[in-house]
Amino acid sequence: MSDSEKKNNRRDFLFTASYTVGAVGLGATIWPFIDQMNPDSSVKALATTEVDISQIEPGKSITVLWRGKPVFIKRRTDSEISEAQSVSLDDLKHPEKDEDRVKKAEWLVMMGICSHLGCVPLSDKGEYNGWFCPCHGSHYDTSGRIRKGPAPTNMEIPKYAFVDENTIRIG
Amino acid sequence: MSDHTYTPKSKFGKWFNDRLPLLSLASHLTDYPTPKNLNYWWTFGGILTFCLLSQIITGLVLAMHYVAHADLAFNSVEHIMRDVNYGWLIRYIHSNGASMFFLAVYIHIFRSLFYGSYKSPREVIWILGMIIYLLMMATAFMGYVLPWGQMSFWGATVITNLFSAIPLVGESITTWLWGGYSVDNPTLTRFFSLHYLFPFLILGLVILHIWALHVPGNNNPIGIDVKKPSKDTVPFHPYITIKDLFALLIFLIIFSGFIFFAPNVLGHSDNYIQANPLVTPKHIVPEWYLLPFYAILRSVPDKLGGVILMFGSIFILMVLPWLDSSKVRSSVFRPLNKIFFWVLVVDVLALGYVGAMPAEGLYLFVARVGTIYYFAHFLVVLPLLSRIEKTQPLPLSITEPVLTGMPKAEFIKSDKRDV
Repeated sequence: MSDSEKKNNRRDFLFTASYTVGAVGLGATIWPFIDQMNPDSSVKALATTEVDISQIEPGKSITVLWRGKPVFIKRRTDSEISEAQSVSLDDLKHPEKDEDRVKKAEWLVMMGICSHLGCVPLSDKGEYNGWFCPCHGSHYDTSGRIRKGPAPTNMEIPKYAFVDENTIRIG
Repeated sequence: MSDHTYTPKSKFGKWFNDRLPLLSLASHLTDYPTPKNLNYWWTFGGILTFCLLSQIITGLVLAMHYVAHADLAFNSVEHIMRDVNYGWLIRYIHSNGASMFFLAVYIHIFRSLFYGSYKSPREVIWILGMIIYLLMMATAFMGYVLPWGQMSFWGATVITNLFSAIPLVGESITTWLWGGYSVDNPTLTRFFSLHYLFPFLILGLVILHIWALHVPGNNNPIGIDVKKPSKDTVPFHPYITIKDLFALLIFLIIFSGFIFFAPNVLGHSDNYIQANPLVTPKHIVPEWYLLPFYAILRSVPDKLGGVILMFGSIFILMVLPWLDSSKVRSSVFRPLNKIFFWVLVVDVLALGYVGAMPAEGLYLFVARVGTIYYFAHFLVVLPLLSRIEKTQPLPLSITEPVLTGMPKAEFIKSDKRDV
C-alpha cells in the first residue's frame, strides 16, 4: 500500500513539475509575440522635439506634433492667466492649480488631446473660453482643465523645458 | 450528425467515403430535414454565407493592390479606384458589402429574438453567433481604418481610446494596441494583418455555428420541436436551396442598387480626406451599423461608465438564453413578448438615429431613455415576462392545425401578420 502511494506521489510531482516548466516555457514563448506590438525603438527614438516660440503673439497658440500627437503651445494673455488662476479648486472635476500646470504663467504647453477619447479640441471655444472638444462635447478652461463634459481629467502636460528664452524642448 | 446511413453507389465512392466521409457529409447536407413552415426570415443564413464569401474574395483582390503604409495607403486606395481594372467595382462591392453583411446579420439576429431561436437546445448556436457578430464588428472597424482617411484615423483614435478607460493598465493597453503613442503607421499595418485574418476566424466559427445548428435542427416560426424526418419536414435540397437562392437574388438586387447607384451613401465624405493627426473632423460618426452602441457610449456622462455600458450591451446578448426562461420559443404564442420585441426594435433604431446626431439636448435625452430601455428589456422585461406572461396553447405539430379542421387557425393568421 505504502509502495503504491509513494509511486503516485512521485508521479504527481513529475506532473506538476512538467506542467510548471511547460507553462513557463509557453509564457516565455508567447511574450515576444505580445511585446512586438509595443512601441519599437524607431518610435521611441522620436521622443523629443524642439520648438521656436519667438513668433507667437500674446493670445495666439501654435500646434506642434510630438510623438504623433498634437501639442498646444499657447501664449496666454493677462486676462486668460488671471481667469485661470482665480478659479476655486472646488469647482474643478480634476483639481489642479494653474501654477502647477505651467512653468511660466504666460506659456501653457499641453497635449492637444482630449482626455475622453483622444480627439483634438478646438481652441478659443467652449463655455470657459479655453478649448472645446467637438467629438463628445467636453469644455476646457484657459488652463486646459476639464470643466464640463464626459472627459475625466485635465488635458495632459507633457515633459518639457525652456532651452532658452525662445525655445522649448518637448520630451 | 446524419439521421440516416448513407452508402455511395460507386465502388470508388465507397472506397473514398470509407477513408474521408465527404460524400456522407454532402448527403447529410442535401437531405437535411428542415421544418416545412420556414418563412423568408429564415433565408438570411444563406445570404450571410454569401456575404462572407463575397467579402473574402473581394478582400483578397483588394489586398493585391493595397499598400499598408501610413504614407501610401490613402493614395493606393485612390489608385485602386482610378487605375486598377474594375478596381472601383471591387472596392465598392467590398465597402458596401460590409454594410449589406451587417444589414443581413441584424435581420438574422432579430429573427432569432422574435422566434426564440436562442432558447434551449440552441444556446450554443446563439453564443457562437454572438462571437461571430463581435468579430464582424472588429473586422469592419479595422477595415474602415485601412483607407487612412480622416474618419479612418479619428474613428481608430476614438475606439482604441475606449481601452484607456480601464483603470491602471488602460494607458499601457492603448500604447500596446497602437505600437506607439498615437494611431500611426504601426497601428495601420497591424490592423491590416488582423483585418486579413479575422474573416477566416469568422469562417471557422460559421462552420461551428452550422454544425451546432444541425444537431437540434432549425427552429421554425411556431417554435415547437419537430420530429425529423417527418410530415413536418422537407429535405434541404431542393426545397430550401431554391428558396434561399430566390431570397439571395432579391438581396443582390438591393446590394447592386447601392454598388451602382449610391456607392458612397452609406460612407462618410470626410474619409476622402487623407488622415491628419492635427485636425479632428467636426463631427465624428462611426459606420451606421455601430451607431446604436455609439449612442449608448455617449449617453453616459462618465468615461469608464460609458465604455462599460457599451461593452455590456453586447455581452448581455450572450447570456440572453438564461435571461429569458419562457418555455415557449416563438413570440407568435407570446402576446406580451411580441409587443416588447417591437419596442426593442424601435429602441435600437432610435439609438442608431441619435448616435448619428450631436450628443446634446433632445438627442442626448433620447439616447439616455433608449439606453435605459435597452438594458431594462433584457434585465427586467424578459425575466419578468418569463414568469407572468400567459402564453397561448401550442399546436402539436406543424401539420396539425391544418389537418384537424383548423382548431388553431388564429395562430396561423397571426403568424402571417407578424412576419
